[in-house]
Amino acid sequence: MSALEEVRWDAAYNFAYLDEQTKRMIRRALLKAIAVPGYQVPFGGREMPLAYGWGTGGIQVTASVIGPDDTLKVIDQGADDTTNAVSIRRFFSRVAGVDTTEATEEADIIQTRHRIPEAPLREGQVLVYQVPQPEPLRQLEPRETETRKMHGYAEYGLMHVRLYEDIARYGHIATTYSYPVMVNGRYLMSPSPIPKFDNPKMQDNPAIQLFGAGREKRIYAIPPYASVKSLDFDDHPFEVQTWDEACALCGAQNSYLDEVVLDDRGGKMFVCSDTHFCADRRAEGHRGELGGDPAALAFARTAEEEGADR
Amino acid sequence: MSAAMAMDLAGERRPLLKVDRLTKHYGEQVGCEDVSFVLYPGEVIGIVGESGSGKSTLLNVLSAQMHPTTGTVDYDLRAQGPRDIFTLSEPERRKLMRTDWGIVHQNPRDGLRMNVSAGGNVGERLMAIGARHYGELRREGLDWMTKVELDTSRIDDKPKTFSGGMQQRLQIARNLVTRPRLVFMDEPTGGLDVSVQARLLDLLRGLVRELGIAAIIVTHDLAVVRLLADRLMVMRRGRVVEAGLTDQVLDDPHHPYTQLLVSSVLQV
Ligand SMILES: Nc1ncnc2c1ncn2[C@@H]1O[C@H](COP(=O)(O)OP(=O)(O)OP(=O)(O)O)[C@@H](O)[C@H]1O
Ligand SMILES: [Mg+2]
Ligand SMILES: [Zn+2]
Repeated sequence: MSALEEVRWDAAYNFAYLDEQTKRMIRRALLKAIAVPGYQVPFGGREMPLAYGWGTGGIQVTASVIGPDDTLKVIDQGADDTTNAVSIRRFFSRVAGVDTTEATEEADIIQTRHRIPEAPLREGQVLVYQVPQPEPLRQLEPRETETRKMHGYAEYGLMHVRLYEDIARYGHIATTYSYPVMVNGRYLMSPSPIPKFDNPKMQDNPAIQLFGAGREKRIYAIPPYASVKSLDFDDHPFEVQTWDEACALCGAQNSYLDEVVLDDRGGKMFVCSDTHFCADRRAEGHRGELGGDPAALAFARTAEEEGADR
Repeated sequence: MSAAMAMDLAGERRPLLKVDRLTKHYGEQVGCEDVSFVLYPGEVIGIVGESGSGKSTLLNVLSAQMHPTTGTVDYDLRAQGPRDIFTLSEPERRKLMRTDWGIVHQNPRDGLRMNVSAGGNVGERLMAIGARHYGELRREGLDWMTKVELDTSRIDDKPKTFSGGMQQRLQIARNLVTRPRLVFMDEPTGGLDVSVQARLLDLLRGLVRELGIAAIIVTHDLAVVRLLADRLMVMRRGRVVEAGLTDQVLDDPHHPYTQLLVSSVLQV
């Protein structure tokens, strides 16, 4: 950095909080992860100034790839304005001095918890997922030594046992989030708790998709334009969620909708979970059933905040 | 004498399993020592002996669950012919264990997934080799539950809600669903009531004969081998002290230890 250039971030911290050695170590893990799509690479995670469950894995990945000129977007279940999203955005403005945005198109890096934006991503963008549990086989096989062998030898029959159990119990594959995928025809991968609605967006995506699990200290990745297939049975093919309703605010018919309770008499509405997508559409003049009602908009915001607080 | 034995005498079949001077030591402790034998397709061999004589050790080495200290175990692979199983790569060995072999554990907890339904337990091996049609998996599940005389209405129940005898039946179904050519069993009727034991033995005998499966069965119980085994090996202190056709060994034991074992004194 030249002496003329102004330090825009809080000088009490190294750029992007992590020390350079840690960032190099995480970047090496990321390169390996991209070279072997879907493979979980262990990394020596650092303690972060946030509790696990608030995205420490994603934050470490973002900190390792972000540059001073990058623009950052952070979403939590599709929303830019939840406590979690706001605090992560604020964290990076402070420790990296980066610009932040709510616009998917303007972002170089998008850190996300539980959603993929509705707007298509483009080459050069990086999507960073926060991952609570990286191991898709863990539920049925608690032994790490065994799951490691299953990945090593591509022994993935057990994953279908889980889907079988779903159909036996509910008559259909009832798994709606963390829906397992095969990456590049080789590694079984958990897409993190995104809704299965988002699974098809991972396939052939021009952006780089990075996954960081803080507690389990694992990193994995999907390089641009990779094959990402959702598991299923011949007679129970993979399907995404659909709604009879359109978004009450913007009228979108092809976005992922959250249900929002309006009153204690059973009144409810469905609105886009991707707040920026919804606002964009309204700005373009699209209106849903309640799109002109400021009270409905306020309700939608409150509901998102509650959803994020778990 | 079984059909398999007759064909062996006629020299028409090659061994399924050929065991040569197999030895397993645990440090200074002898597990099994210098065991050699041959098993032909469809043949059932019983291994008997007192507690600590090395039966489980031998079975665990034969079924590749443990490495031997010295010696070889050649198995007649479907695709490649006879191979020493300890020269196979780990994925090859694991594949063999869940396709062409079956392993029925004494404790069903070791052989079943307790939090997966009966149908899922039966279907797992099929899914592992690529079955991707739910309806067909379902049909196989029901079919195998019928074969092992389990109530098909329990197909979606978890094994932890099953009795010990039912769990053993389920374990057998789960193993046989890929039509293995060789099944290893360690005390398959141990820990069950006598009446439940008898019915399970009947069932096992029927299945083994009907499907032409070869089996190696470890047991304390001479009644089990009398009913199931074509041939018998008697173990003591890690060594095979007597071997031969089951009826001959039991009715006319030569080794003093076998004579003791057969005499009512030692019978459990
Ligand atoms: N993991 C081990 N470590 C050390 N010694 C062992 C181990 N397993 C077995 N042994 C010893 O090897 C010998 C053979 O044991 P093994 O379990 O094979 O006997 P067994 O015939 O199956 O007995 P049982 O009828 O009681 O099951 C015994 O002396 C036993 O103490
Ligand atoms: Mg034993
Ligand atoms: Zn909308």
